[in-house]
Amino acid sequence: MLKSFFHTQLAFGLAQAAIASALALGVVVLARRRNIHLERDAAIALVRGIVQIVIVGSILILLLKGPQWTSVFLLAGMILAAGSISARRAKDIPGAQKISTYSIAAGAGLVTAVMTWAGVIDRAITSIIPVGSMIIANAMNTNGLALNRFHSEVMAHAGEIETALALGAVPEDTVAAYAESSIHASLIPAIDNLRSLGIVWIPGLMTGMLLSGSNPLYAAIYQFVVIAMILASSGLTSLLSTLMIRASVFSPADQLVLKAGLSTRGSLPGHQ
Amino acid sequence: MTTCENTAGDSVVLYTEHLSRRVEHQMIVDDVSFDVRRGELLGIIGPSGSGKSSLLRLLNRLDEPTSGTVYLQGQDYRELPPRELRRCIGMVTQRPFLFPGNVAANLRFGPRQRGEILSDEEVTNLLERVGLPSLVDREVSNLSGGEQQRVSLARALANRPEVLLLDEPTSALDEAARAGVEDLIRGLVTDTALTCVQVTHDRDQARRICDRVLVFNGGRLIQRGTPEEVLGA
Repeated sequence: MLKSFFHTQLAFGLAQAAIASALALGVVVLARRRNIHLERDAAIALVRGIVQIVIVGSILILLLKGPQWTSVFLLAGMILAAGSISARRAKDIPGAQKISTYSIAAGAGLVTAVMTWAGVIDRAITSIIPVGSMIIANAMNTNGLALNRFHSEVMAHAGEIETALALGAVPEDTVAAYAESSIHASLIPAIDNLRSLGIVWIPGLMTGMLLSGSNPLYAAIYQFVVIAMILASSGLTSLLSTLMIRASVFSPADQLVLKAGLSTRGSLPGHQ
Repeated sequence: MTTCENTAGDSVVLYTEHLSRRVEHQMIVDDVSFDVRRGELLGIIGPSGSGKSSLLRLLNRLDEPTSGTVYLQGQDYRELPPRELRRCIGMVTQRPFLFPGNVAANLRFGPRQRGEILSDEEVTNLLERVGLPSLVDREVSNLSGGEQQRVSLARALANRPEVLLLDEPTSALDEAARAGVEDLIRGLVTDTALTCVQVTHDRDQARRICDRVLVFNGGRLIQRGTPEEVLGA
């Protein structure tokens, strides 16, 4: 129905965006009737979202016409942004941003580089950027989950950790179990994605390939390839970041630096 | 390697010099100087929030002083490797935080960090010192509160500390268990010349078991002396 009113793709897209926004605003109005006020946040998010994605789309138009080597800079920029965003999950931990950036660069960067070298990812900028960004974005999410879980575990077990330190334990050893459980927890979404592939969800990449006329069987197999690459890069990122973050929660004098409050950490309420 | 082994036999084992710690513009320990003599039980008393536990955490360097320092056997404790320092200055907290497993594994934890393995006989001897000779293989989850605190004490003693810090070790226990642990601590000090610094909010307990008492308020050391001098008869 909508297509008959709009004759250019851009106008059609804007109309689609307006209808989708109206639907989201309808939910905001519904929430308001239940005394849940999302108006400001939702309005800002919708405006910001459309502006950001249009800017990115415009940049992509330029980049996709440029030489292949520009993809390296674009992916590096994405890694820097991903490191900064996922470090917010553990901002109390000293060096979290540096560790996140290094881990994502190593995990996502290595997988993207090796797969491109092996020919699994096409070197064309139109292929390496979307696939690389998916790998980086998932590594970012996994890293954020791992750091967040590790932070929570350390805060929840500060008493046990300091008891072990007080008995002369090696600091990194006292948090090793929490690092392991963080890696496991952070990889659950990636593993579940692989498990439910094609049953619960048909990812966007496969949908795009089908819409652009690719062989459905090849689209399905390539989607598996991408999800498997995401699992590999996420796993590597999570392993590296939790390995590096273990030492970051201790000072040079082997003191736990995460603070639950003033130095009553590890004590019972009201105890000083 | 630098160690804290006592060779001089001095009567003062540990002393602090203008020890202070500031957290977020608040002085939680403020210019505190005192000494601890060999074989004494020094009590730290004061109201909630007076800096008692914060002081204890500074003594084994679980927290870093903002200024001032601690001397152990006459040596600035910042010159000692932190892990060796904490072997020398043991700590027992209000909650025992026993590690999952049995009692023997908990007792072996500290020595294992230095590559030492406690023999079965040494484990039994430690448990006899804390009045639990038959609990070697008992899972810690099956211990009562009083038993857990005794195991925590034995675990700290397994490191053969020069000084033992006790942070309200009886405050989470019922009356009977509290009396038992209190007697045990006093007995260890009297019988084995163990040097202890104990935080307590219980003035009666301080009067019963301490040799000397320091009174804290607002992070400052405001009074010191024997229990009789400070708390009255």
